[in-house]
Amino acid sequence: MSADSANSASATNATSAVIATNKNIWVFGEQENGRLALSVLELLGEGRRLVDVANAVNAGQKLALVLIGTSADIEPLAAEGIAHGADLVYVCAHPELAVFQDEPYAAVLTHLCRTERPAVLLAGATLIGRALAPRVAARLRVGLTADCTELGIDPENGSLLQTRPAFGGNVMATIVSSDRRPQMATVRPRVMVPLVRDAARKGEVVKINLGGLDFSTRAKVKEVVRELSQGPALDEAEIIVSGGRGLGDPKNFALIRELAEVLGGAVGASRAAVDAGWIPYPHQVGQTGRTVRPKLYIAVGISGAIQHLAGMRGSDVIVAINKDASAPIFDVATYGLVGDLFEIVPAMIAELKAGRAAS
Amino acid sequence: MSLNIVVLVKQVPDTSEVRMDPVRGTLIREGVPSIVNPFDVFAIEAGLALRDAYGGKVTLLSMGPSQAGAALREGISMGADDAVLISDRAFAGSDTLATSYALATAVKKIGQNAGAGVDLILAGRQAIDGDTAQVGPGVAEQLGMPSITCVSKIESLSQNGTGPNLRLRRMLEDGYQVVEVGLPAVLSVVKDINKPRLPSLRGMMKSKTYNLPTWTAADIAADTTLCGLSGSATRVKRIFSPEKRARGETLEGGAAEQAKTLVQRLRDSGFSI
Repeated sequence: MSADSANSASATNATSAVIATNKNIWVFGEQENGRLALSVLELLGEGRRLVDVANAVNAGQKLALVLIGTSADIEPLAAEGIAHGADLVYVCAHPELAVFQDEPYAAVLTHLCRTERPAVLLAGATLIGRALAPRVAARLRVGLTADCTELGIDPENGSLLQTRPAFGGNVMATIVSSDRRPQMATVRPRVMVPLVRDAARKGEVVKINLGGLDFSTRAKVKEVVRELSQGPALDEAEIIVSGGRGLGDPKNFALIRELAEVLGGAVGASRAAVDAGWIPYPHQVGQTGRTVRPKLYIAVGISGAIQHLAGMRGSDVIVAINKDASAPIFDVATYGLVGDLFEIVPAMIAELKAGRAAS
Repeated sequence: MSLNIVVLVKQVPDTSEVRMDPVRGTLIREGVPSIVNPFDVFAIEAGLALRDAYGGKVTLLSMGPSQAGAALREGISMGADDAVLISDRAFAGSDTLATSYALATAVKKIGQNAGAGVDLILAGRQAIDGDTAQVGPGVAEQLGMPSITCVSKIESLSQNGTGPNLRLRRMLEDGYQVVEVGLPAVLSVVKDINKPRLPSLRGMMKSKTYNLPTWTAADIAADTTLCGLSGSATRVKRIFSPEKRARGETLEGGAAEQAKTLVQRLRDSGFSI
C-alpha cells in the first residue's frame, strides 16, 4: 500500500495546508490512437465553468488537461485541448503507454498528482475512466465519486460538490471529499456540455519527464475487437432505439436496426430481449447492462421494468411505443404512442424518409 | 493446478424498492428486501466453474452486518467451499476506499490461512445500490495486483514459466479486448460471462448448517484509522429525490397519424432527423 505523504491528510494542521496548496482542476485526457474521447471535451467545458467559479473562492486556478500515450498520438492533441478550454496541458509521453493499461496509466497519473498537486481530478465515467480512477484514488488514498451527473463548487470553501444517482436512480446524492486532495470524480458521458472550439485560445504545454516510473504489469492486451460497428457506440450515441420483448421474434430486431439507421442512432435492448438471446449483451440498457443518457431514447415494445428505467430515465426525450397503454414506460415518456409497433415503426421510417426527400 | 479463489459478495437492498422519505429527506429502507448483488452471482459462478475445471477452492467474502451472512449462505448453496463475513462497528460508514482496504486486508488473511496466498479475486462489475464499480480495482490496488474490469469471458487458464496465466475478454464500449493476465489478479465480471447455476440440494443442506466465520477488524489486523468513517475520504452531504419525470403527451390517432405527429414534434424540438 502506498499512502501519499504529500497528499494524504493524517494531521489536521497538514489538512488545511493541503487544501491551500492544491490548486487547479484537471481532466484526464482519455484518448485512443490519437483521438480524444468525446467525454474529454465535455469535461473541459464543465471544468472551464468550475474553474471560473472556483477562482471566486481561491484565485489563480487553472484548467489542465492530462494526456497519456505515445508522443505521436498525444502531442497533436494538446492544441485541441487548449482550443476546448484548457489553460495547461500535461503531455506524458512514452512508447510503453501506447494502449491504455490500468497499472502503467495509474502510475503516471499518481506521479503527476504527487508532484503537481491538483485540487480536482476528473475523468469520464467510461470503461477506461472507471477502471483507472479507483486505482489512482486508492494509491493516493483520496476520495472518488463514481458516475457524477452534476458538479458544483461550494461557495463557502471552494470544495467540489459531486452529485450522482444511487439506488437505481431512485435517489440523488451530493458527495464531498473530506480533507484530502485531489477530489476525484468520474463523470457520466453526454451530461456536460463542451465549449465551442476556439483555435485562438492560448495555453501552456508542459512535457512531463516520466523517467524512473515503473510501467510493468502482468496484464497484457493481446487484441482489440470492435463489434458494435453499426452506427455510433451506445454510450456516445445522441439517439438510441431500443427493442424489447414486444418484438416477439429476434428477426424483428431488423426493424429496430432500420429505425436506428434512419435516425443515425445506436441500437439498444431490454434485458428480456438479451436474455432471450435475440441480441448480444453489449446492447442491454438497464441495471445489469449499460446506463445511457442520449438526447432521444425510443423504447419499442419495452414495458419499462424499473431495472430498465434505471438505465435510461436520464435521457432528454423519451418516446415509448407499446400496445399496452398501462405499461410503466409511458410514465416516463415524453411522447407515448399506444398501438402496434409493427405498424407504427414502419410508418415512422416512411415519415422520416419522406420528410428528407421533400427538403 | 489448484486455484485459491476469493469471490467478493455484497448484500444489497432490492434497489427498485428504495424510496426517499420526502419529508425527512432520508432513505426508506424498512420492508425493502435484501438480495445478493445480481452481478456477484456471475462472479460466484465464474469462481465455481474455474474450481470445477482446474481444482482448488472458492471462498466467499463479504463485509456487512450479521444479516449479510444470508447472502454468503446463498453462495454456499450454489457450491462455494467456504465463506467469511467481516463485521465490526469499525467498518460502519465505509466509502469505497475504506471498503477496499478492509476487503483487501481480509483477502490477505484468507491467503495466510491457506498458506499459499490467494490466486484470483472475483467481483461483480458493480453493486446495484451504489453503482460505483470502484471496489474491485480498489482492492487490486491495495493488494498490488492487476485489475481487469468488465470481464465478459474467461477463455483459458494456462501455466507458463511464471505461474498461472488467464486469457480473458474485457468488454469495451464498442467491442472487447483480449487480455492475458498473470495471477494473482482481480477480475470484475459482467453478466455476459456465464449462466449461474441454481443451488444444489447438497449445497442447500450445507448452507443451513454452515458455521459462518465472522472476523472483526482485530481478527484481520486492520488499521482502524483506515476503516469505516475515519478511513473514508468522501462523505454524503445531501440526499434528495430526483426530479420526477412528468408523464408526457399521449399521441392521438392511428399508427400513421401518431408517427407523423411524433416526427413533427421531434423536428420542432430541434432534432435534425
